[in-house]
Amino acid sequence: MLDGLLSYDPPRSRWLALALIAILLGLALAPFLFPGTRALNVATKICVFVLLVASYDLLLGYTGIVSFAHTMFYGIGGYGVALMLYGFGPSWANVGLGVAAALVVAVVLALAIGLFSLRVKAIFFAMITLAIASAFAILASQLSSLTGGEDGRTYAVPELLRPGTRLAEGSLLGVALTGRLITYYLVFVASLVLFLVLLRIVNSPFGRVLQAIRENPFRAEALGYRTVVYRTLATCVAAAMAALAGALMALWLRYTGPDTTLSLSIMIDILLMVVIGGMGTMYGAVLGATLFVLAQNYLQDLMAKAADATAALPLLPRLLHPDRWLLWLGVLFVLSVYFFPNGIVGSLRRGDRPR
Amino acid sequence: MTTLSPSPAKRVDLLPPLLPVALMLAALPLIGSPSAWVTLTAAGLAMGMMIFIMASGLTLIFGLMDVLNFGHGAFISIGAYVATLVLLPLAGWTQADSLALNLAALAPAILVAMAVTGALGLVFERVIVMPVYGQHLKQILVTMGGLIVAEQLLAALWGPNQIPLPLPAALRGSVALGDAAIEKYRLVAVIVGLVVFVAMLAVLGRTKLGLLIRAGVENGEMVEALGYRIRRLFVGVFMAGSALAGLGGVMWALYRESVTAGMGLEVMVLIFIVVIVGGLGSVGGCFLGSLLVALLANYTGFLAPKLALGSNIFLMVAILLWRPQGLYPVGKG
Repeated sequence: MLDGLLSYDPPRSRWLALALIAILLGLALAPFLFPGTRALNVATKICVFVLLVASYDLLLGYTGIVSFAHTMFYGIGGYGVALMLYGFGPSWANVGLGVAAALVVAVVLALAIGLFSLRVKAIFFAMITLAIASAFAILASQLSSLTGGEDGRTYAVPELLRPGTRLAEGSLLGVALTGRLITYYLVFVASLVLFLVLLRIVNSPFGRVLQAIRENPFRAEALGYRTVVYRTLATCVAAAMAALAGALMALWLRYTGPDTTLSLSIMIDILLMVVIGGMGTMYGAVLGATLFVLAQNYLQDLMAKAADATAALPLLPRLLHPDRWLLWLGVLFVLSVYFFPNGIVGSLRRGDRPR
Repeated sequence: MTTLSPSPAKRVDLLPPLLPVALMLAALPLIGSPSAWVTLTAAGLAMGMMIFIMASGLTLIFGLMDVLNFGHGAFISIGAYVATLVLLPLAGWTQADSLALNLAALAPAILVAMAVTGALGLVFERVIVMPVYGQHLKQILVTMGGLIVAEQLLAALWGPNQIPLPLPAALRGSVALGDAAIEKYRLVAVIVGLVVFVAMLAVLGRTKLGLLIRAGVENGEMVEALGYRIRRLFVGVFMAGSALAGLGGVMWALYRESVTAGMGLEVMVLIFIVVIVGGLGSVGGCFLGSLLVALLANYTGFLAPKLALGSNIFLMVAILLWRPQGLYPVGKG
């Protein structure tokens, strides 16, 4: 049963399994274990980013495609829900329509980009996606009559998901049963299910072909697989998943703007999460996203303390300034590309193997 | 097959050089007023030259070493920051109303910026790039990581705020050409860009060093087999490319009259488009690509500002549909 859920791709490491169970339990019980708005925000962000990073790993880790357009699809999902809710009022039908429209746009765009990569060398792909993504970000902020420009759009969500909604009087284990709680569990369950779907995809024959393409595209082609078709399909699946992640985030934030969905810095965050967690393993996405989001939210507090403690020394406080947290993750990123190409998951699995 | 410098003996592919000219002529009737056209064209040429200076190093490094350096943008920012170290203390000289004093401040600023970026290029090549030669995926990731670290270090050393960098007094203002006004600094940018382009073509086409580099682009193993240490060539070209990025960074910063840690990354998107349009590894293609991108951006910015943001993507798609490897495809792939 459990094996089936995990698509017969178990963690294969005691520590990894423990970490995953801890993360799963932590997220499942987050509203009760870590009360407070900030903690719940962090937990939601982890859920959404696990999905987003896992879908990116399908491209980078499993197929060996470097795309910088992943936030574009994330943004499409966010804007799809945002624009429908903003323009036509908060109803479940509009959420559904927004998600459907976003999926169509994302898949069509991914198809176009994928087919475009037919004509160009692999190394062009990274640069072209970077250019397209930045053009899309500018487009979203330019069409201000539609998207609200730099300010983005703030909108109301369906009744059931609003913070003011009370499901029942009183509380459960000291936690009020509000619409926020329902939204959180909607995001959590959707992310979990979609993550398992992704795990299923990479362990299917289709996923095996993708890995074959990553290892040696020429040989895969020679074996009779149309690499271009497989690559394009992988791009489309990843795009659809990213759009769904964006839609979930839009429901949670009740706001969608260029900075929260389309900016290049989010793309870099995703890249860091995949590589630090472990490329080519779906579980790496879970660990990478969790650690990164936690670091983003709590490492800064720690760094502020460290900066205060070293205030007397030259330069060090500046390097430890809370705004410089990305510096340390950048160093970690470079080191992990060199020394742990399979990230945390790879190291855990290797450490556990009987010698 | 080489396109770095078409030697007289070979058939010269004339179609790409005609593109910017055709674009300029096509824009004239659309814009209508000749004076506006002259101003826009000058602005486009100046911007194109600056982009060329920044992009040429990237394309050369790719052509010779097959390394796509996403960290190239870091050298642009570093060049600009280092220049402020010289220019801001010498503010008395740069703001004096004397060309000689202005240049006396500007020249060391540019030299120091190029020296520092060149030296850092050596470090970057040794520390970041060397372990991942031949692995494209890792190269992209690692150089991207290098860019993040460099950008954050700049912000840590100089603070997160943008630094204003005023133009030297003698380069401010504009020259009147008939009805049209052309900013002096744009003329300077065009001249510097042309000097860099001609110098590169001369080195690549007329010297033994250039011969070795071109040979290395075509077939590195053969150059090694003939007894030349291609590693040294690699390092030299990487340093030169980084120094060019530093020079471009100084010029770009003076054009914007401000310096930020993120400026390198911002301009990287344009540089990538230029390099793709020109054909990875081709200096001539890079030059033409820069001009095309900058001219088109300026014209559409004037004619249809809403379309300006898409013009570069449109140009890239159109060129790649015509020549999938860029204007001047280079042998190695």
